[in-house]
Amino acid sequence: MEGGGVVFAFYVLSAVTLVAAGGVMMSRNLLHAVLFLILTFVGIAGFFVLLSADFIAMAQVIIYVGAIAVLVLFAILLTPRSGRDNGETKFAAPAMLLAVCLAAIFLFVIHDTAWQTNDAVPQDLSAAALGRALLDTWVLPFELASVLLTAALVGAIMLTRSPEEEAEDALV
Amino acid sequence: MTIGLEHFLTVSALVFCIGLAIALSKRNAIGVLMGVELMLNAVNVTLVAFSRFSISERPITGQTFAVFILTVAAAEAAVALALAVSVYRNRETVDVDQINLLRS
Repeated sequence: MEGGGVVFAFYVLSAVTLVAAGGVMMSRNLLHAVLFLILTFVGIAGFFVLLSADFIAMAQVIIYVGAIAVLVLFAILLTPRSGRDNGETKFAAPAMLLAVCLAAIFLFVIHDTAWQTNDAVPQDLSAAALGRALLDTWVLPFELASVLLTAALVGAIMLTRSPEEEAEDALV
Repeated sequence: MTIGLEHFLTVSALVFCIGLAIALSKRNAIGVLMGVELMLNAVNVTLVAFSRFSISERPITGQTFAVFILTVAAAEAAVALALAVSVYRNRETVDVDQINLLRS
């Protein structure tokens, strides 16, 4: 990808995404961590726009920024007495070591491989092509995803019901 | 100066590793879930980048995978946060150090 605008946008988005991801790790308050998480999601949506995946970018903004972030916020607000502390367990040091080692391996592999890439934007990368692929080649996984979403919906409702509600249902 | 596949893969690998460190080290269960969401997002960037720079005849397949990961991530977040709320209702904590009922 050539062009000063693209290069500038890429580096700005990388800085925003990586700093915000680091903020999720570093912030001591859980609510601040969620705000950093939202910023990371927005940065990643910017990457999708840069990669000419418009539908995925919109879905990212709607699902992650709109839905999952609100869900995480609600979960924090529904667990008030457990504290807002975002501290680490005693496994923090080995976890960091593992992450750094994995990052080193990833970076080595990424820069050592001779990727065969096509720099021109592919023709059929539109939302229409994505819809055709989903309902043509990938129709079975598509239907399975809808079943999975229904099961998750029912399961989440069942898990969060209070004991009083269950007692009421038992009487009927 | 050009931006190639390697640049996007580098950023997504770094985000993935930050997410892994968060998921493995946080004490609050909701913090752990945030790390998992970061990892799923990083993988999505990788798939879409491969789709954009692909030499295949049907590059849209990478984006299809990203759509399925979005779906599964949404289902996972809903169920996992419901589990956290359910554990909190029974134990008054979501601290993963103190959720050790199965320890003998």
